[in-house]
Amino acid sequence: MKKVLIASALSAAMALPMSAIAADYKVDTTHAFVNFKVSHLGYSFIQGRFNKFEGQFSYDDKNVAASKVSINLDTTSLDTNHAERDKHLKSDDYINAGKFSTAKFVSTSVAETADGGLAITGDMTFHGVTKPVVVDAKVIGQGDDPWGNYRAGLEGTTRLELADFGMNVKGASTYVDLDIVLEGIRQ
Amino acid sequence: MSSSLVTYNKLAKLLHWFSAIMVIGLFAAGYWMVDLSYYSEWYQTAPHWHKSFGLCFVVITLGRLIWKLVSNGPSIEGSAFEKKAATYAHYLIYILLFTMFLSGYLISTADGRGIAIFNWIEVPGLGSFIENQEDLAGQVHEYAAYILIGLSGLHALAALKHHFIDKDNTLKKML
Repeated sequence: MKKVLIASALSAAMALPMSAIAADYKVDTTHAFVNFKVSHLGYSFIQGRFNKFEGQFSYDDKNVAASKVSINLDTTSLDTNHAERDKHLKSDDYINAGKFSTAKFVSTSVAETADGGLAITGDMTFHGVTKPVVVDAKVIGQGDDPWGNYRAGLEGTTRLELADFGMNVKGASTYVDLDIVLEGIRQ
Repeated sequence: MSSSLVTYNKLAKLLHWFSAIMVIGLFAAGYWMVDLSYYSEWYQTAPHWHKSFGLCFVVITLGRLIWKLVSNGPSIEGSAFEKKAATYAHYLIYILLFTMFLSGYLISTADGRGIAIFNWIEVPGLGSFIENQEDLAGQVHEYAAYILIGLSGLHALAALKHHFIDKDNTLKKML
Protein backbone atom coordinates (compact mmCIF):
# COMPACT_ATOMS: atom_id res chain seq x y z
CA MET A 1 0.00 0.00 0.00
CA LYS A 2 2.83 2.33 0.97
CA LYS A 3 4.65 1.55 -2.25
CA VAL A 4 1.56 2.28 -4.27
CA LEU A 5 1.14 5.59 -2.51
CA ILE A 6 4.75 6.57 -3.09
CA ALA A 7 4.54 5.48 -6.70
CA SER A 8 1.39 7.45 -7.34
CA ALA A 9 2.76 10.48 -5.51
CA LEU A 10 5.87 10.28 -7.64
CA SER A 11 3.99 9.90 -10.87
CA ALA A 12 1.70 12.74 -9.87
CA ALA A 13 4.74 14.89 -9.12
CA MET A 14 6.24 14.01 -12.48
CA ALA A 15 3.00 14.77 -14.27
CA LEU A 16 2.70 18.11 -12.53
CA PRO A 17 5.16 20.18 -14.51
CA MET A 18 3.35 19.27 -17.75
CA SER A 19 -0.16 19.95 -16.57
CA ALA A 20 0.77 23.00 -14.54
CA ILE A 21 1.96 24.79 -17.66
CA ALA A 22 -1.41 24.80 -19.40
CA ALA A 23 -3.71 27.19 -17.58
CA ASP A 24 -7.29 26.13 -17.02
CA TYR A 25 -10.09 28.29 -18.29
CA LYS A 26 -13.79 28.09 -17.61
CA VAL A 27 -15.93 29.17 -20.54
CA ASP A 28 -17.68 32.46 -19.84
CA THR A 29 -21.01 31.59 -21.44
CA THR A 30 -22.03 35.22 -21.71
CA HIS A 31 -19.12 35.62 -24.13
CA ALA A 32 -19.31 32.31 -25.93
CA PHE A 33 -21.33 31.16 -28.92
CA VAL A 34 -22.12 27.85 -30.57
CA ASN A 35 -23.43 28.79 -33.97
CA PHE A 36 -24.38 26.53 -36.83
CA LYS A 37 -25.13 26.95 -40.46
CA VAL A 38 -26.95 24.46 -42.65
CA SER A 39 -27.99 24.59 -46.27
CA HIS A 40 -31.54 25.61 -47.11
CA LEU A 41 -32.55 23.90 -50.36
CA GLY A 42 -29.03 24.47 -51.67
CA TYR A 43 -29.93 28.11 -52.31
CA SER A 44 -29.00 29.71 -49.04
CA PHE A 45 -28.26 28.92 -45.41
CA ILE A 46 -30.13 28.75 -42.17
CA GLN A 47 -28.09 30.01 -39.28
CA GLY A 48 -28.83 29.17 -35.72
CA ARG A 49 -27.24 28.65 -32.40
CA PHE A 50 -27.40 26.64 -29.21
CA ASN A 51 -28.09 28.93 -26.30
CA LYS A 52 -27.16 26.64 -23.41
CA PHE A 53 -23.82 25.02 -22.95
CA GLU A 54 -20.85 24.97 -20.65
CA GLY A 55 -17.24 24.22 -21.21
CA GLN A 56 -13.68 24.52 -20.16
CA PHE A 57 -10.33 24.51 -21.82
CA SER A 58 -6.65 24.47 -20.96
CA TYR A 59 -4.23 26.41 -23.03
CA ASP A 60 -0.70 27.63 -22.89
CA ASP A 61 0.98 29.01 -25.97
CA LYS A 62 4.28 27.48 -24.84
CA ASN A 63 2.83 24.01 -24.60
CA VAL A 64 0.06 23.73 -27.13
CA ALA A 65 0.00 19.93 -27.12
CA ALA A 66 -1.13 19.98 -23.47
CA SER A 67 -4.25 21.93 -24.40
CA LYS A 68 -7.69 20.50 -23.82
CA VAL A 69 -11.20 21.58 -24.68
CA SER A 70 -14.52 20.18 -23.62
CA ILE A 71 -18.03 21.47 -24.21
CA ASN A 72 -21.35 20.12 -22.97
CA LEU A 73 -24.38 21.41 -24.77
CA ASP A 74 -28.14 21.30 -24.21
CA THR A 75 -29.61 20.44 -27.61
CA THR A 76 -33.08 21.62 -26.58
CA SER A 77 -31.68 25.16 -26.58
CA LEU A 78 -31.50 25.19 -30.39
CA ASP A 79 -32.57 28.59 -31.69
CA THR A 80 -32.98 29.62 -35.33
CA ASN A 81 -35.12 32.63 -34.54
CA HIS A 82 -38.30 30.84 -35.65
CA ALA A 83 -40.20 28.85 -33.02
CA GLU A 84 -42.06 26.61 -35.47
CA ARG A 85 -38.82 25.68 -37.22
CA ASP A 86 -37.06 25.17 -33.88
CA LYS A 87 -39.84 22.80 -32.81
CA HIS A 88 -39.45 20.86 -36.06
CA LEU A 89 -35.64 20.79 -35.90
CA LYS A 90 -35.79 19.56 -32.29
CA SER A 91 -38.27 16.80 -33.20
CA ASP A 92 -37.29 13.28 -34.18
CA ASP A 93 -37.35 14.35 -37.82
CA TYR A 94 -34.03 16.03 -37.12
CA ILE A 95 -31.95 16.22 -33.93
CA ASN A 96 -34.45 14.47 -31.61
CA ALA A 97 -33.60 16.75 -28.71
CA GLY A 98 -36.19 15.04 -26.52
CA LYS A 99 -34.16 11.82 -26.62
CA PHE A 100 -30.65 13.17 -27.22
CA SER A 101 -30.80 16.26 -25.06
CA THR A 102 -27.06 16.67 -24.68
CA ALA A 103 -24.25 16.94 -27.16
CA LYS A 104 -20.62 17.18 -26.28
CA PHE A 105 -17.16 17.63 -27.61
CA VAL A 106 -14.14 16.35 -25.72
CA SER A 107 -10.72 16.93 -27.24
CA THR A 108 -8.31 14.03 -27.48
CA SER A 109 -5.31 15.86 -28.92
CA VAL A 110 -4.33 19.37 -29.88
CA ALA A 111 -1.66 20.19 -32.42
CA GLU A 112 -0.29 23.43 -33.77
CA THR A 113 -0.79 23.88 -37.48
CA ALA A 114 1.67 25.38 -39.95
CA ASP A 115 -0.27 28.65 -40.11
CA GLY A 116 -0.19 29.06 -36.33
CA GLY A 117 -3.69 27.75 -35.74
CA LEU A 118 -4.78 24.73 -33.74
CA ALA A 119 -6.05 21.41 -34.97
CA ILE A 120 -8.21 20.16 -32.13
CA THR A 121 -9.06 16.51 -32.55
CA GLY A 122 -11.79 15.18 -30.33
CA ASP A 123 -14.89 13.09 -29.90
CA MET A 124 -18.11 14.78 -30.89
CA THR A 125 -21.29 13.28 -29.47
CA PHE A 126 -24.43 14.42 -31.22
CA HIS A 127 -27.75 12.70 -31.87
CA GLY A 128 -26.52 9.86 -29.66
CA VAL A 129 -23.56 9.10 -31.94
CA THR A 130 -19.92 9.73 -31.05
CA LYS A 131 -17.48 10.38 -33.89
CA PRO A 132 -13.99 11.81 -34.04
CA VAL A 133 -13.84 15.26 -35.59
CA VAL A 134 -11.13 17.82 -36.12
CA VAL A 135 -11.88 21.42 -35.24
CA ASP A 136 -9.85 24.09 -37.02
CA ALA A 137 -9.24 26.62 -34.31
CA LYS A 138 -7.21 29.61 -33.46
CA VAL A 139 -6.52 31.61 -30.38
CA ILE A 140 -7.87 35.09 -30.92
CA GLY A 141 -6.29 36.78 -27.96
CA GLN A 142 -5.60 36.65 -24.26
CA GLY A 143 -4.84 39.01 -21.45
CA ASP A 144 -6.17 40.78 -18.40
CA ASP A 145 -9.73 42.01 -18.51
CA PRO A 146 -10.88 45.25 -16.84
CA TRP A 147 -12.53 43.34 -13.98
CA GLY A 148 -9.59 41.52 -12.45
CA ASN A 149 -9.58 38.28 -14.44
CA TYR A 150 -7.41 36.82 -17.12
CA ARG A 151 -9.16 35.80 -20.31
CA ALA A 152 -8.34 33.85 -23.44
CA GLY A 153 -10.53 33.44 -26.51
CA LEU A 154 -10.71 30.71 -29.12
CA GLU A 155 -12.65 30.33 -32.31
CA GLY A 156 -13.12 26.97 -33.98
CA THR A 157 -14.97 25.65 -36.97
CA THR A 158 -15.80 22.16 -38.08
CA ARG A 159 -18.15 20.43 -40.44
CA LEU A 160 -20.40 17.59 -39.35
CA GLU A 161 -21.77 15.27 -41.99
CA LEU A 162 -25.34 14.58 -40.88
CA ALA A 163 -25.21 10.99 -42.13
CA ASP A 164 -22.19 10.30 -39.87
CA PHE A 165 -24.36 11.15 -36.89
CA GLY A 166 -27.29 9.01 -37.93
CA MET A 167 -29.42 11.94 -39.01
CA ASN A 168 -31.75 12.11 -41.96
CA VAL A 169 -30.20 13.77 -44.96
CA LYS A 170 -32.72 15.86 -46.87
CA GLY A 171 -31.86 17.37 -50.22
CA ALA A 172 -28.90 19.70 -50.11
CA SER A 173 -28.80 19.78 -46.32
CA THR A 174 -26.19 17.06 -45.91
CA TYR A 175 -23.89 18.78 -43.48
CA VAL A 176 -23.83 21.40 -40.79
CA ASP A 177 -21.01 23.84 -40.21
CA LEU A 178 -20.28 24.72 -36.63
CA ASP A 179 -18.66 27.99 -35.64
CA ILE A 180 -17.76 28.09 -31.99
CA VAL A 181 -16.41 31.09 -30.13
CA LEU A 182 -15.27 30.48 -26.58
CA GLU A 183 -14.01 33.05 -24.17
CA GLY A 184 -12.58 31.54 -21.02
CA ILE A 185 -11.76 33.00 -17.66
CA ARG A 186 -8.58 31.59 -16.17
CA GLN A 187 -9.27 29.74 -12.96
CA MET B 1 -82.06 26.75 -19.56
CA SER B 2 -85.74 26.25 -20.08
CA SER B 3 -86.92 22.67 -20.22
CA SER B 4 -89.97 23.67 -22.20
CA LEU B 5 -87.85 24.10 -25.36
CA VAL B 6 -87.72 21.07 -27.65
CA THR B 7 -84.85 22.12 -29.89
CA TYR B 8 -81.83 24.36 -29.77
CA ASN B 9 -82.24 27.70 -31.52
CA LYS B 10 -81.01 28.08 -35.10
CA LEU B 11 -77.84 29.99 -34.24
CA ALA B 12 -76.89 27.47 -31.55
CA LYS B 13 -77.34 24.64 -34.07
CA LEU B 14 -75.32 26.46 -36.69
CA LEU B 15 -72.51 27.14 -34.23
CA HIS B 16 -72.57 23.52 -33.01
CA TRP B 17 -72.29 21.99 -36.47
CA PHE B 18 -69.73 24.53 -37.57
CA SER B 19 -67.68 23.56 -34.49
CA ALA B 20 -68.05 19.88 -35.34
CA ILE B 21 -66.69 20.50 -38.84
CA MET B 22 -63.87 22.61 -37.43
CA VAL B 23 -62.85 20.05 -34.79
CA ILE B 24 -62.79 17.21 -37.30
CA GLY B 25 -61.22 19.31 -40.06
CA LEU B 26 -58.53 20.85 -37.87
CA PHE B 27 -57.73 17.47 -36.31
CA ALA B 28 -57.42 15.80 -39.69
CA ALA B 29 -55.36 18.65 -41.11
CA GLY B 30 -53.11 18.73 -38.06
CA TYR B 31 -52.64 14.96 -38.02
CA TRP B 32 -51.72 15.00 -41.69
CA MET B 33 -49.60 18.13 -41.86
CA VAL B 34 -47.15 17.28 -39.07
CA ASP B 35 -45.83 14.42 -41.16
CA LEU B 36 -45.61 16.31 -44.43
CA SER B 37 -42.25 16.16 -46.14
CA TYR B 38 -40.35 19.41 -46.23
CA TYR B 39 -40.57 19.22 -50.02
CA SER B 40 -44.35 18.79 -50.08
CA GLU B 41 -46.20 21.63 -51.80
CA TRP B 42 -48.47 21.67 -48.74
CA TYR B 43 -45.63 22.14 -46.27
CA GLN B 44 -46.26 25.87 -45.96
CA THR B 45 -49.91 26.18 -46.96
CA ALA B 46 -51.36 23.45 -44.71
CA PRO B 47 -50.07 24.96 -41.42
CA HIS B 48 -51.07 28.42 -42.65
CA TRP B 49 -54.66 27.30 -43.22
CA HIS B 50 -54.72 25.22 -40.05
CA LYS B 51 -53.71 28.30 -38.04
CA SER B 52 -56.05 30.62 -39.94
CA PHE B 53 -59.10 28.37 -39.48
CA GLY B 54 -58.05 27.71 -35.90
CA LEU B 55 -57.94 31.40 -35.05
CA CYS B 56 -61.30 31.99 -36.72
CA PHE B 57 -62.60 29.11 -34.61
CA VAL B 58 -61.38 30.92 -31.46
CA VAL B 59 -63.54 33.93 -32.32
CA ILE B 60 -66.53 31.75 -33.24
CA THR B 61 -66.22 29.75 -30.02
CA LEU B 62 -66.06 32.89 -27.88
CA GLY B 63 -69.21 34.09 -29.66
CA ARG B 64 -70.79 30.68 -29.17
CA LEU B 65 -70.14 30.79 -25.42
CA ILE B 66 -71.67 34.26 -25.16
CA TRP B 67 -74.67 33.09 -27.17
CA LYS B 68 -75.00 30.02 -24.95
CA LEU B 69 -75.10 32.27 -21.89
CA VAL B 70 -77.67 34.71 -23.22
CA SER B 71 -79.96 32.31 -25.10
CA ASN B 72 -82.13 29.46 -23.93
CA GLY B 73 -81.73 25.83 -24.83
CA PRO B 74 -83.55 22.59 -24.15
CA SER B 75 -82.56 20.56 -21.11
CA ILE B 76 -80.45 17.40 -21.28
CA GLU B 77 -82.40 14.13 -21.39
CA GLY B 78 -81.55 10.77 -19.87
CA SER B 79 -80.81 9.25 -16.48
CA ALA B 80 -79.41 11.35 -13.64
CA PHE B 81 -75.98 9.89 -14.39
CA GLU B 82 -76.29 10.63 -18.10
CA LYS B 83 -77.32 14.21 -17.41
CA LYS B 84 -74.36 14.74 -15.13
CA ALA B 85 -71.94 12.98 -17.49
CA ALA B 86 -73.22 14.99 -20.47
CA THR B 87 -72.88 18.27 -18.59
CA TYR B 88 -69.30 17.54 -17.57
CA ALA B 89 -68.43 16.25 -21.04
CA HIS B 90 -69.70 19.50 -22.54
CA TYR B 91 -67.63 21.55 -20.09
CA LEU B 92 -64.59 19.40 -20.84
CA ILE B 93 -65.04 19.87 -24.58
CA TYR B 94 -65.02 23.64 -24.11
CA ILE B 95 -61.98 23.42 -21.82
CA LEU B 96 -60.19 21.26 -24.39
CA LEU B 97 -61.09 23.68 -27.18
CA PHE B 98 -59.50 26.56 -25.28
CA THR B 99 -56.53 24.35 -24.40
CA MET B 100 -56.10 23.78 -28.13
CA PHE B 101 -56.45 27.47 -28.92
CA LEU B 102 -53.96 28.55 -26.28
CA SER B 103 -51.38 25.82 -26.92
CA GLY B 104 -51.57 26.37 -30.68
CA TYR B 105 -51.03 30.08 -30.21
CA LEU B 106 -48.09 29.45 -27.86
CA ILE B 107 -46.31 27.22 -30.40
CA SER B 108 -46.33 29.73 -33.22
CA THR B 109 -45.69 32.84 -31.15
CA ALA B 110 -42.85 31.52 -28.97
CA ASP B 111 -40.42 33.61 -31.01
CA GLY B 112 -42.60 36.72 -30.73
CA ARG B 113 -43.91 36.36 -34.28
CA GLY B 114 -47.59 36.95 -34.87
CA ILE B 115 -49.95 34.57 -36.66
CA ALA B 116 -51.64 35.61 -39.89
CA ILE B 117 -55.30 34.80 -40.38
CA PHE B 118 -55.58 34.09 -44.14
CA ASN B 119 -53.26 37.07 -44.69
CA TRP B 120 -56.16 39.33 -43.65
CA ILE B 121 -54.86 40.35 -40.28
CA GLU B 122 -52.07 39.28 -38.00
CA VAL B 123 -52.66 38.27 -34.41
CA PRO B 124 -49.67 39.62 -32.50
CA GLY B 125 -47.27 37.24 -30.77
CA LEU B 126 -46.38 37.68 -27.12
CA GLY B 127 -43.17 35.65 -27.19
CA SER B 128 -42.10 33.00 -24.72
CA PHE B 129 -43.44 32.62 -21.22
CA ILE B 130 -41.66 29.36 -20.46
CA GLU B 131 -38.52 27.63 -21.61
CA ASN B 132 -38.83 25.51 -24.76
CA GLN B 133 -42.37 26.85 -25.07
CA GLU B 134 -42.80 25.65 -28.66
CA ASP B 135 -42.00 22.06 -27.63
CA LEU B 136 -44.16 21.97 -24.50
CA ALA B 137 -47.07 23.77 -26.13
CA GLY B 138 -46.68 21.35 -29.05
CA GLN B 139 -47.04 18.37 -26.73
CA VAL B 140 -50.07 19.87 -25.02
CA HIS B 141 -51.59 20.64 -28.45
CA GLU B 142 -51.03 17.05 -29.59
CA TYR B 143 -52.37 15.28 -26.49
CA ALA B 144 -55.31 17.65 -26.05
CA ALA B 145 -56.18 17.07 -29.71
CA TYR B 146 -56.39 13.30 -29.19
CA ILE B 147 -58.48 13.73 -26.06
CA LEU B 148 -60.76 16.22 -27.80
CA ILE B 149 -61.34 14.06 -30.86
CA GLY B 150 -61.95 11.04 -28.60
CA LEU B 151 -64.40 12.94 -26.44
CA SER B 152 -66.12 14.34 -29.53
CA GLY B 153 -66.51 10.80 -30.82
CA LEU B 154 -67.98 9.73 -27.49
CA HIS B 155 -70.30 12.75 -27.61
CA ALA B 156 -71.51 11.67 -31.07
CA LEU B 157 -71.94 8.06 -29.98
CA ALA B 158 -73.93 9.18 -26.95
CA ALA B 159 -76.23 11.23 -29.20
CA LEU B 160 -76.71 8.22 -31.48
CA LYS B 161 -77.38 5.98 -28.47
CA HIS B 162 -80.11 8.38 -27.28
CA HIS B 163 -81.58 8.49 -30.78
CA PHE B 164 -81.56 4.81 -31.69
CA ILE B 165 -81.67 3.03 -28.35
CA ASP B 166 -83.49 5.40 -25.98
CA LYS B 167 -85.45 6.85 -28.91
CA ASP B 168 -85.56 10.26 -27.22
CA ASN B 169 -85.22 13.79 -28.53
CA THR B 170 -81.48 14.30 -27.82
CA LEU B 171 -80.18 14.18 -31.39
CA LYS B 172 -83.24 15.78 -32.99
CA LYS B 173 -83.00 18.90 -30.87
CA MET B 174 -79.64 19.66 -32.49
CA LEU B 175 -80.83 18.93 -36.06
